[in-house]
Amino acid sequence: MAPLLKLSGVTKSFPGILANDNVDLNVMPGEIHALLGENGAGKSTLVKIIYGLLKPDSGLLEWQGTPLKLLGPSQARALGIGMVFQHFSLFDALTVCENIAIASDSNLSLKTLHSKIMEVSEDYGLPLDPDRYVHSLSVGEKQRIEIIRCLLQSPKLLILDEPTSVLTPQEAKNLFVTLETLAASGCAILYISHKLEEVKRLCMKATILRNGAVVATCDPRLETARTMAERMIGSKLNNIQRRKSPKSGRSRVRINKLSLKSSDPFGIDLKSISLNVSRGEVVGIAGVAGNGQNELMAALSGEVIQSYPNDTIVFDDICVAGMRVSERRAMGSCFVPEERYGHAAIKEMSLKDNALLTSSKNINLVKKGLLQFDAINDLTEKIIFDFDVRTTGSKMESGSLSGGNLQKFILGREILQEPGILIISQPTWGVDAGAALVLRKSLLELAARGCAVLIISQDLDEIFEICDRIAVLYQGNLSALMDTETASMDQVGLLMGGGNGE
Amino acid sequence: MSLIPQFIPKFVLETRVEVSNKWVILSPIIAIILTLFSGIIIFSLMGKDPLLALYTFFIQPVTTLFGVTELLVKATPLVLIGVGLAIGFKANVWNIGAEGQFTMGAIFGGGAALLCNNIESYLVLPFVLLLGILGGGFWGAIPAFFKTRFNANEILTSLMLSYIAVLFLSYLVHGPWRDPGGFNFPESQLFSDYAMLPVLVENSRLNLGSVFAILVVLLGWILIARSIIGFQLRVVGLAPAAAHYAGFKHSGLVWLSFTISGGLAGLAGIAEVSGPIGQLLPSVSPGYGFTAIIVAFLGRLHPVGVLFASLVMALSYIGGENAQIEIGLPAAVTGLFQGVLLFFLLACDVLVRYRIKSSSFISGKRS
Repeated sequence: MAPLLKLSGVTKSFPGILANDNVDLNVMPGEIHALLGENGAGKSTLVKIIYGLLKPDSGLLEWQGTPLKLLGPSQARALGIGMVFQHFSLFDALTVCENIAIASDSNLSLKTLHSKIMEVSEDYGLPLDPDRYVHSLSVGEKQRIEIIRCLLQSPKLLILDEPTSVLTPQEAKNLFVTLETLAASGCAILYISHKLEEVKRLCMKATILRNGAVVATCDPRLETARTMAERMIGSKLNNIQRRKSPKSGRSRVRINKLSLKSSDPFGIDLKSISLNVSRGEVVGIAGVAGNGQNELMAALSGEVIQSYPNDTIVFDDICVAGMRVSERRAMGSCFVPEERYGHAAIKEMSLKDNALLTSSKNINLVKKGLLQFDAINDLTEKIIFDFDVRTTGSKMESGSLSGGNLQKFILGREILQEPGILIISQPTWGVDAGAALVLRKSLLELAARGCAVLIISQDLDEIFEICDRIAVLYQGNLSALMDTETASMDQVGLLMGGGNGE
Repeated sequence: MSLIPQFIPKFVLETRVEVSNKWVILSPIIAIILTLFSGIIIFSLMGKDPLLALYTFFIQPVTTLFGVTELLVKATPLVLIGVGLAIGFKANVWNIGAEGQFTMGAIFGGGAALLCNNIESYLVLPFVLLLGILGGGFWGAIPAFFKTRFNANEILTSLMLSYIAVLFLSYLVHGPWRDPGGFNFPESQLFSDYAMLPVLVENSRLNLGSVFAILVVLLGWILIARSIIGFQLRVVGLAPAAAHYAGFKHSGLVWLSFTISGGLAGLAGIAEVSGPIGQLLPSVSPGYGFTAIIVAFLGRLHPVGVLFASLVMALSYIGGENAQIEIGLPAAVTGLFQGVLLFFLLACDVLVRYRIKSSSFISGKRS
């Protein structure tokens, strides 16, 4: 059988980096094909080329046996190539149907579109009400809009970029069923994911990229997650040694009945949240994004200050709920918000400036109000070296780093401050297996040195891998804490979806 | 087989990995050269000898010592105000009211000078200067208060306060502060010598104010490029959420930007009335406060850049006057030159963040 899509010798370079190096790829009709690789391995660049967003420097694309010269995404869509991005582009204030109509290449009336959406959502088991407003939908439902948007054009090839990173395990299972139905009807699927277990479960073929070049193609069903991960990073993967949970350490973070109204009209109010994290302990807060994580993070870091503190947030026996960020940081607590660009880091500034961002209280870096450039440079080099940040130098703008690399830099910056309390949102979101391992290890080491670590994460594997205790955030309510040893993935997954975990 | 050649145009703009420092400096120089070439074309079309016209405009004014001192006198207030504005603009704090702060500086300092007109002491001048700075800083603090307390748009408040200050000065010199022996002209008394900035070059108007301007450039550079405050201002300007996350106090930075830029505009104001003018008049500024906004951007919000931009702007004013007198060019030529210069500068600035790459060269280098 002839391949649906055939790439030969595709090369694409950006200044200072070779993103795709002579890549060959064959996708057969009806195949669920995984594209694997570390951050910066060139997966995104490759799918952007296939979807017509980027033009290759050299190399040949063939579509159903004929050479293909894509001028843009609309041409790709017309050929039958659809793509679901990691970040959705939806208007909160419009309905599902209106959102699909806005981005549609065809001129269907809203009424016809309405019935077509109903039809597609029936056929593929993607329940979705076309009249609902987008802001009232869960993340999983929003993703369904994007998928249905693609399916309405009866695609021959569907590209999905880390679709399950925002889903509960149950939602992910439903998505797999849909994808399998789709593949059975002859549509090929190009599937990017860092979750190797699900690749093994879903995909028939995998192409593994490293440093922009194809290093292997394999059948995931015959591999283990471990062997695939090792091919991705090109070396042996060391396991994280789970340690014994510390017994009854001094409590460093205490949250008492914290209730908080969100400042965002589409945000989630926090409802009487209670939690404590002891010295040396790692506690995880699981939950699908948009259930109050941002509000909780802002309250803990001091970006939102409470007017009536009442001991709602206590760090090291001192009530901090009314304190500013700088005062909380001065007590030895560090924070890493979810959004990297423009929040945890400034993309237009150099890595040196970004290293200084949260370290400016360090007496070596700033003396009598003046910046000490040598010391700042040393710190930057140390972060880059210790956390294996792939960069062309400390003068580089942080915006030119890949997301995973930047996250290594940001986490490194906070960890090197040796905090007593570290609160992180989505520590390894979009970070590849090898780098995630390094980051998780350094978090555990930090905890072993007495730090109280609180992780807010959507990634259940991560939470189960490193946390001592787990709670689930759903609609602004926090469940009771469970010991990781006794908690089950299913139970936590149900809580994430609003069940009672029984 | 050649691979997908049609895709790529002959030349493409490619994002640079780092901002090019070379081009930050080269871009305004090339812009000035291109402006001169446009000048040759424009003057030729007007039937003037282009080289003579350019000479009259840009070179003749500075061929005499007096010309050079006049250039510095004109550039001084632009430098003082421009550096202050650059500090605020870095933090996206838009002080558009430097004209008013300049005027308030002249009123407070000038008031102090009139008050001390009978005192013969070397302490008078420092007192006058200090009040000038306080006056400008006070006028700058008002929009800062409205901004931090009520989140009022500082562009509007600072601009409107300018008109209040200018009209207030007009009221003072027409009314209470009018010189009783001045034949009803709307002017204050002349300041005593003890309230005047000492002249640096004999038979010129060049005074101590220009030395202040150099000091302000130096201090401004240290503040912006080397101090933690300057770093915080840059972060607030580029990514307010990151500044919030890092614990930088936004309202404090707004106050700081406004009081510094207001204080410097006030210093420029008092240096103008205690320098070249020597008394309070209904109008003490030919629009220095507004021109300094252009100067700040021409100088890339960098104090040393502001210094050079002020000289270029001052030259275009003096050159325009000279060209009117010598070869009868219309006064609009000054504005035209300033506009063309800004146009080329913005065009050349593309090369700071991008580079031109020809498609025949495909780089395959690794990082």
